[in-house]
This record gives sequence, C-alpha cells and structure tokens, in this order.
Amino acid sequence: MSDKPKASAETLTPAETSASPRQPSAKELDWERNILQPTLAKSPERTYGFTTTSGHPIRRLYTEADLPNWDPERDLGMPGVPPYTRGIHPTMYRTRLWTMRQFAGFGTAEDTNARFRYLLSQGQTGLSTAFDLPTLMGYDSDHPLSEGEVGKCGVAISSLADMEVLFDKIPLASVTTSMTINSPAAVIWAMYLAVAEKQGADWRKISGTLQNDILKEYIAQKEYIYPPEPSMRLVIDTFEFGVKNTPKFNTISISGYHIREAGSTAIQELAFTLRDGLEYVEWGMRRGLDVDQFVPQLSFFFNAHNDFFEEIAKYRAARRIWHKAMVERYKSHNPRSWALRFHTQTAGCSLTAQQPYNNVVRTAIQALAAVMGGTQSLHTNSLDEAWALPTEFAATIALRTQQIIAHETGVTNTVDPLGGSYFVEALTNEVERGAWDYIGKIDAMGGMVAAVERGYPQREIAEASYRYQMAVDKKEKIIVGVNGFISEEKPLEVLQIDETVRRRQAERLGKLRAERSQAEVDRRLGALRSAARGNENLMPFIFDAVKSYATLGEICDAMRDVFGTYEEVAIT
Amino acid sequence: MPEKKIRVLIAKPGLDGHDRGAKVIARALRDAGMEVIYTGLRQTPEMIASAALQEDVDVIGLSILSGAHNTICPQLMNLLREKGMSDVTVLVGGIIPEADIPNLKHSGIAEIFLPGTSTQDIVDFIHRSVPRA
Repeated sequence: MSDKPKASAETLTPAETSASPRQPSAKELDWERNILQPTLAKSPERTYGFTTTSGHPIRRLYTEADLPNWDPERDLGMPGVPPYTRGIHPTMYRTRLWTMRQFAGFGTAEDTNARFRYLLSQGQTGLSTAFDLPTLMGYDSDHPLSEGEVGKCGVAISSLADMEVLFDKIPLASVTTSMTINSPAAVIWAMYLAVAEKQGADWRKISGTLQNDILKEYIAQKEYIYPPEPSMRLVIDTFEFGVKNTPKFNTISISGYHIREAGSTAIQELAFTLRDGLEYVEWGMRRGLDVDQFVPQLSFFFNAHNDFFEEIAKYRAARRIWHKAMVERYKSHNPRSWALRFHTQTAGCSLTAQQPYNNVVRTAIQALAAVMGGTQSLHTNSLDEAWALPTEFAATIALRTQQIIAHETGVTNTVDPLGGSYFVEALTNEVERGAWDYIGKIDAMGGMVAAVERGYPQREIAEASYRYQMAVDKKEKIIVGVNGFISEEKPLEVLQIDETVRRRQAERLGKLRAERSQAEVDRRLGALRSAARGNENLMPFIFDAVKSYATLGEICDAMRDVFGTYEEVAIT
Repeated sequence: MPEKKIRVLIAKPGLDGHDRGAKVIARALRDAGMEVIYTGLRQTPEMIASAALQEDVDVIGLSILSGAHNTICPQLMNLLREKGMSDVTVLVGGIIPEADIPNLKHSGIAEIFLPGTSTQDIVDFIHRSVPRA
C-alpha cells in the first residue's frame, strides 16, 4: 500500500489514513499515562475481541491521530457534491425522505396485488416485487421442477396475463416499482412495460428498478440460468433499451445485499458489489454505449447488518469509491454518473427464529444505520421472516419502524449527522481501503467474470461465513436468544401459503395456452431464437414474444436453446 | 484398525440457491472428521437418492429454506425405501415451520435442525445416531 496521500488515476489508491503509523498527540499520550493506565489497572477491559460483526478490529478510542492525512475538503466535502461522502443530495432528508419500499410477493398475482394495495394504503411510497423461485429460474408454474415451490418465496408470474393482474388498479405512471428478478429480468421487464403501455403510462416518464444483477447470482444467490457471457449480453441489452426508451428507469440494482446474506464481511460486500458495478460499466462501454448516458440509470442495493458504525462507514465509502472510479477510471463528465444511489434492506440473515419479537429491535437499529448512511430507499424486514414470508401484522410493524425513524427520532433534521466523527471517518477510510484492495485483486484476475469463473469471490465469502459461524458456535459472538439469553417461548403465527396456488396457476396457464394464437407465439419465439444466435439487442424480440402471451418459461427456453445453461463448480 | 469415517451427503434440493448453510455444515462435518460429499445446487430427490446409493453414505443432510420441504422430503424417503436404503439417517436443516415437523418425522426424517442450531449439535446428533463400524 502506498503511503502517498494523493491518489493517482493508475493505482486508484484510497485516501490514506490509518495505514500510516499512528502518532498520538502529547495530550493523548498524557491521558493514556495518567488516566487510562491507572483505570485499566483497577478495572481491566472485557477480554473478548473488540471487533465489528465482520471481524474488523475496533480501537478503544479514536482521535485526530486516526486521521493523519485526512483532508476534510477532499475526503468529506459537502453534501451533493464530490466525493459524496456526506450524501448525494445537498439537503438529504430535509427535502424528501427516503422511499419506503417494502418487498412483497406471495401466492398468485391476485394475492400480491391485494398486499401491494394494502401497503400503499398504509403510507408506503413505492412497491417492490418478490417473485417465486420458479419465476426467478425462468420456469412456468406448471413445469415439473416448480412442484412445491409455486408462490412460496414470492409471487408466481408465468405470463403477461399474470403481470396484468399483479398491477391491476396500480397506476404505473405514478407508483415506482422495484422488481427483484435477475436471470429472466429482461422478460419480466418486458411484461412490466407492456402493462404500463396498456395503462397508457408514458415509458419516458415511468420509473422503477430492475434488479437485473446477474454477477451477484454467480457470486452469492445462485439463481442463474445461462452462462456468464450471454447473461451479460442480456444485461447490456436492457441498458441499451433503457437509454433509448425509459430514461428514468433504473435498469439495474447492483446488489451487495445477497453477497452479505451469503456470509460475506462488510468490506467484501462493498468490494464485490462495486467491482460488479465496474464490470457492467466496462461491458456497456464495450457495447459502444456512452458512459454518461447509461451509468446514471445504474443503481445499487446494500445490506444493513447489525454493526451500526461499520454499516454507516460502508455506505459512505461506497459513494467515495464510485465517484473516484467514474471520474478517474472512466473519465465520466456527468455528475449523475458519479453519485452512487442505493436502496437498503435490513439484514435477513441477522433475524432469529428464537424470540422473534427481538427482530423488531434489530431491524430498527439496522434501518437507522441505513438512514444515517444516506440511503435513497429502504426495506425493513418483518419480525417473522426467519420463519416465513411476513404476515400483514408483521409487515405493518416493519413499515411503522421506518415511519418512526423518519418522523420521531430527529435523525432526518440534518445531513450526515456523523460526519467529522473521528471514529466514523477513520472507519470509512478503513472500509474504503479494504474494498480497494479487493478491487485491485479482481482487476488483476481480469475482471469480475474471470474472478467468478475461478470461484474467487465465492471462496472468500464461504471462508468468512464459516469464520462467523464458528465464532457464534464458540460464543465469541453472542446472538441474543440463540447462544445467549435463551428462554422458553410460544410458537409464532406465521403466514401459510395456500397449497392450491400451483393448481390454480396451472389451470390459468392451460387456459392461456388454449386461447392465444399459437402460430403467433411460435413465430415470435422463433424470431427471438434467431436473434439470440446473432448479436442484435434482444429486448424488442422479448417484448414482442411477451405481447403474444408467450410464457416466461417458453421465452427463457428459447434462449436456453441458444445460450445453454450454467452449472457452477460447488465450493465448500 | 482406524475407525471407518462416517460418510455424509449434503444436498441442496429444489430451485433455491441459498447455499450458505449447506456449505457451513459440509465444512463443519468435515472438520469433525467425517467424509462429506456436497451435491451442489438444484438436486431432485432422484439425483439425491442415487448419489447417496453410489457414495454409500451413512447420512443425508438436506438444506431446505424455500418452503418446499413437504413436497421434497416424502419423495426422497420413498425413493430411499425403494432402493433398500432405509438405514440411511436423513437430516433436514433450514426453515421448517413447527407445524410441519411431526409429518416430516413420520415420513422417516431422523431430525430437523432449525435456524440457530450450532454445528456441534449436528455433529453430536450424527455421532449418536450412526453406528460405528
């Protein structure tokens, strides 16, 4: 690591601080000798390691000695301007609160449509759709592999007909919707755009977010269909289509959430996510897209885990790294490309099945970190999510948690309330440095696709998750209600998914296939197949197929025929 | 004579790709001295049963978080019976509602480990239930 304070475009080193030897002031040394040492002699500190949730060591006290080369002008700046450490808007939540966007989806399109309308009636300001596993994997509800999974982890969407029901009486011209879909993202997006068109909403004005982040699927969540190359092509096809047709839509949500849930540290989450972002930028540029046209449509998605300050440092470092990379690496001239916008979800993996009401408290603290870190939108988990998808009761408390933070705690009154704290600034620098180290390693491997193919991020995450589990098993880390403070409890009432969903979906699909023009479906699927063999943008072909009521499974199969499927080498 | 190692197949059935738990368990059992084979993702009950037969395992550990357990587990148990493998100890780990546990046990699942279980508890259970050669 270089000790030079000024970063160069070639090496992209972060702002230097605690990598240099720490030089405490005379006053601090004096305090250590005369106050601290006698105190420790009388009452020693606790013996276990003082580390973050990620295992990052934390000092007893942070002072100006922890920020030796820190330049507030350069490293902190003002809000709404580079390097965006303090947030991407000059006034942050004083002008507009974050979007309260609760992820929801279960059963059939009718079931989820009812939940959406309930959440909007309760003051939620945006929608977020969870799809079931068959949909995420590009299978129709009546596919043999869908048995037992239809409507369980999200809503079952097999065709445009289902999508029309999902957004029935929800005005897509004014409500923004996020869709958690990756491998079949282009297909689901085409369905969404078809519904918007039917409602008479202007594509140029509608806004929302497609998750569409295939790299993190290979790294962490593992809902991939095709090999990396054609998958990346589909992602870039959506970028290109979005630039031309839907300039306000986020065509991707580059996600650290799932990387963290898979067991990564905060630094790994940050590093792998941002390196994924750089990979998409590079692929877009290789397609011939102008950085400053498509990058403003890229958004991010981070986890909010338990360690309050580590999470805040992570969000602040994320903005600084992205700005630096855009300006230095890609010579971007558009401030809209520099400002990293992100959604946050509180950490599902931190919720305990034991004493589930404690999860309300965990979620509130995690959500507070996201807000203090400057998130643009937020999902708060429900207390029962270690058991099942949330009941309406639990989902309402989760939404109320955000409303309490927004309206009662006072943290929204000022921008970046922790800015200038020795601890937070030093931790922000350390997290940033750790992330750049990883980014450098992945650059050296030839980029993220190459790193994924050799299993590098997967192995790093598996290591971290094993270390964490061992620390919990040995009680080096205490989880209240799990390995400490255990008590007897009554079982919780959880949401039961109607087992008839698959049958009802299969009936609907049978009817759809009988009523549509099969000749038209075949013709459009054939056109998609031959376009997939060439190098045209596939979005218009997918859109055409969707509009003929070709099913999700049929469209994904047409591309499976050409692209093949991906199998990972499992790492344990 | 060195004691024969306990052989365990860790399997991830269904469409779900969340393999954090499966991987942690695979490694913890290996660290506890067992021979562990991890199937990788998206295994059908048929694939799991034939892998178990081929690898001659003492234990099958299924990781299921998606809610598909009521479909997958009985199918696997039937296949094991058909293949004459009723002596294999089958464990399930994951998100399983308490109400489903009696039926799963009735179908022949030896034990269900819920979130928050320590890896040592699973190691101990296997040592108790698998007769050593």
